[in-house]
Amino acid sequence: MSAPPLSLEPKAARRSGLPSRMQFPAAMAVLLAAVAVSLAFGGQPSTFSDLWHALVTPDSSAMDVTIRELRWPRTLNGLVAGACLGLAGALTQGHTRNPIAEPGLLGINQGAALAIVAVTALSGPPLPFVEALLAFTGALVTCSLVFALGSAARVGATPVTLVLSGAAVSFLAGGLVSGIVLLNEAALDTLRFWQVGSLVAREGVLDSVWPFVLAGAVLAAANIAPLNALALGEDNAVSLGVSVRRSRALGIAGVTLLAGSAVTLAGPIAFAGLLVPHAARAVAGADYRRLIPLSAVLGSALVLFADTAGRLIARPGELSVGVVIAVVGAPLFIHLARRRRLVRL
Amino acid sequence: MSTAFSPDAAATRTATAAGRPGAPAEAPPDAPPEAPPGVSLSARGLSLGYDGRTVVRDLDLEVPNARITSIIGPNGCGKSTLLKGLGRILPPIAGEVLLDGRAMTKWPSREIARRLSMLPQTPQAPSGLTVADLVSRGRHPRQKWYQQFSATDESAVGSALEATDLADLAACLLEDLSGGQRQRAWISMTIAQETGILLLDEPTTYLDLAHQLEVLELVQRLNRADGRTVVMVLHDISLAARYSDHIVAMKDGGIVAQGTPADVVTAELLEEVFGLRANVIADPLTGRPHVLPIGVA
Amino acid sequence: MPPLMLSSSNYAGIRALRTRRSSWRWNPRVLILGIILAVLVFAAMGVHVAYGGLPLAYGDVLRSLLGDASQPRTYLAVTEFRAPRMVAALVVGLCLAAAGAITQSVARNPLASPDILGITSGASFGAVSVLVIAGGGYAGLSGLAATVGLPAAAFTMGLVTGAAAYVLAYRNGLDSYRLVLVGLGLNGLATSLTTWLLTLGDVTNAGQALTWMMGSLNGRDWPLVVPMTMFAVPLLVLACFAGRWLELLSFGEDTATGLGIRTGRIRVLCLSLAVLLASIGTVLAGPLTFVALASPQIARILCRTAVPPVAASALTGALFVLLADTVAAHALPVSLPVGVATAVLGAPYLIYLVLNYQRRLT
Repeated sequence: MSAPPLSLEPKAARRSGLPSRMQFPAAMAVLLAAVAVSLAFGGQPSTFSDLWHALVTPDSSAMDVTIRELRWPRTLNGLVAGACLGLAGALTQGHTRNPIAEPGLLGINQGAALAIVAVTALSGPPLPFVEALLAFTGALVTCSLVFALGSAARVGATPVTLVLSGAAVSFLAGGLVSGIVLLNEAALDTLRFWQVGSLVAREGVLDSVWPFVLAGAVLAAANIAPLNALALGEDNAVSLGVSVRRSRALGIAGVTLLAGSAVTLAGPIAFAGLLVPHAARAVAGADYRRLIPLSAVLGSALVLFADTAGRLIARPGELSVGVVIAVVGAPLFIHLARRRRLVRL
Repeated sequence: MSTAFSPDAAATRTATAAGRPGAPAEAPPDAPPEAPPGVSLSARGLSLGYDGRTVVRDLDLEVPNARITSIIGPNGCGKSTLLKGLGRILPPIAGEVLLDGRAMTKWPSREIARRLSMLPQTPQAPSGLTVADLVSRGRHPRQKWYQQFSATDESAVGSALEATDLADLAACLLEDLSGGQRQRAWISMTIAQETGILLLDEPTTYLDLAHQLEVLELVQRLNRADGRTVVMVLHDISLAARYSDHIVAMKDGGIVAQGTPADVVTAELLEEVFGLRANVIADPLTGRPHVLPIGVA
Repeated sequence: MPPLMLSSSNYAGIRALRTRRSSWRWNPRVLILGIILAVLVFAAMGVHVAYGGLPLAYGDVLRSLLGDASQPRTYLAVTEFRAPRMVAALVVGLCLAAAGAITQSVARNPLASPDILGITSGASFGAVSVLVIAGGGYAGLSGLAATVGLPAAAFTMGLVTGAAAYVLAYRNGLDSYRLVLVGLGLNGLATSLTTWLLTLGDVTNAGQALTWMMGSLNGRDWPLVVPMTMFAVPLLVLACFAGRWLELLSFGEDTATGLGIRTGRIRVLCLSLAVLLASIGTVLAGPLTFVALASPQIARILCRTAVPPVAASALTGALFVLLADTVAAHALPVSLPVGVATAVLGAPYLIYLVLNYQRRLT
């Protein structure tokens, strides 16, 4: 039951008050600000003029080195990890058509944790690069397992079977992780610091991960049209000429690569994958042509802002990015959930 | 279908004076029973809406007792909203709905449910439910925690199933029924509630023409046999005119016209309310107005 | 007909027993399964109490349970260590599964369980705060903080989170979809704060905290178990009576209102009940996720009912926790917390569910 018919069209088109032409540039501006802030502020007090100095007339002053050697890799790390999380979240929610789905539901974080914990228990705390490699392997294996299990169901890989098999594998991996860390103190110590998530760049990690990120982003882009069709229901998607099975396989492969990369770069940042697509949807509506790129940009911006805030709040120590995102993101998420018109997928 | 209400039988009865000049003899298929000591339903200054958006504004309505009333109007005019308001599913923003002269908000919910039953537009049921089980839920307002399925309940469920021709399907699962059968099962549930007032929100949606007639014949039987007051939202104006005693035409959240089908369903009104150019002729069989659309105004 | 004479009827599958003034609906499948489950729970209680750190003769265990103190060592082991743990396992299973059945019915979502609403993670946050803040650096938590502070903090935070979920999700009535979303937000917040707390303490505390977060029945003794059980029993009885409401709520807002149900009020009542039950369960054993999620659905599938039957769900949960604790404590040379076992044992059920999944669960 809607109001007079004339108001129908503007209501559908207007979501945030931003004209759709301006949404992406506005998001890019926000991201640019996030990058600048992330470079300019940190554990050591500094200002934008320090940043200008480091970028334009670099010398070997301590601040220049900090910005170029510490903050820049960290910012790059956050940029990529955030984009991965946003994309993976949007893909997961689109394919499961479940607004509470996030990559974590597919067991990725537990799988990564299991790999790290198991190796730590067997051969002691791993080097940072090895830890990242383990996280990536664990995430990839878990996600493939979840997808294989979901596809083995009688009805094939549907949203429900995927979420259920994700939960099953999460439980299994989570139980094993707990079992191991309760028996092995070194594993526990590794786990509890890995678990909160951090953007501190580990040497060589980004260099080895970026091809996977790129492949994941391409898959996400290839998923835009099928997701728009799938949003109308599977039957409609089929009649629009979409191969549900193939696009779902591509989508899950994309989620695996992207979420696996994010876990590798930053540890399990819960919540970003859940939050970012909802925020993007609040701005841009349900069209995946706008939703997918916007999720990537907003994901990066969120992660960078959160990381910078964590460095500033707890100076000289730092609050980890995962905690900040949860503390900032949860109220925002609840606010989105309380909006007058709920978004249903 | 009982022959007592067949059009032929109706045609032989005397005409009422409600017809337009020159129209053939016009009569309801059966003379509606005199208003029994039932319950009255009315709205006074009623405004309804969702989330601060007003859909129905300052509306007054007296539902005729023991008659069939149909609400018609274009999409979005507030028909279903009004019905939800009358059935206290939507609390009023302003004004009140009166049941037996007492504000709906002052009644205990269970007491309302013994006087008024409501079939929502797209009712949902959990899977794994049998028809008999569904219909037995209609008895809830008359049960207590220690009276879960008395002999009275059983006979009420039985006659509700008989009335809807579903007795043979009583043990079938709801999800195995056809659309028309399922709709009858839901109506059967509201019948088992044994209320004087029945509110039906588009009871013929998704049904083919034969099933639409089947449902409306059933509604008419319920009205004629037991003197139930029926209020329903219908999309098909001709069907509404054929089966109703009283028509309420709505536009933009208010009532534009109400009265007998012959008074309300006219070419002028269709143009005003629906923006539709149409010929309105008298149905040769029943004498009721019948709409032949020409085009959009 | 004499006033107490029973008659029975079967109308198209609706069975009822009637006296003159009352009538009771019953479902033979649910009844028989309920009896079988109750028998199995009793057996599991026996097995649970019969196994322990010390090898004791079953007969002696039984005699000690019945109050025979002639063998002080056995008597002490059974009454002071094994019996309270067994009762705790029983109560935890009953409470969590009943809470799960209620939330799944109210939210009309088989994946909704008290952890979705943030209750268990809120309780974890409360407990871990106490462990980290009051735990000091030596031998972990002890004294009054352990016996009163930790359960009280867990219970309070569970209730606070549940209430917050409700208040924040309320807007012109309660939309169950919005409730799930808000609960998920709170859940994320609590989980993340808890992981952060873990990095603050030293590793001994973290281990203790992690054990708690996984769900454990180690060292549950009477001073904690007795009051919680007394609290749980009336709530469980109420939960069984709430079953009739839950069935009607499953028809959706409009139909239920039309049948004279005060949906808003009933939802608040049902959810409050679920929050209390889940908090009791979490205080006793920590957040045993799987019990609340799976037990109601297992019971629903076994009983072939439209919504999870509360009593059968609770018994399924009790059976599950008793067996899981027995396995976790004794299957490996080292004793593991029960949560490890529920997670590892529960996963195959979900896998079964996936492989045989046919139609929509909702």
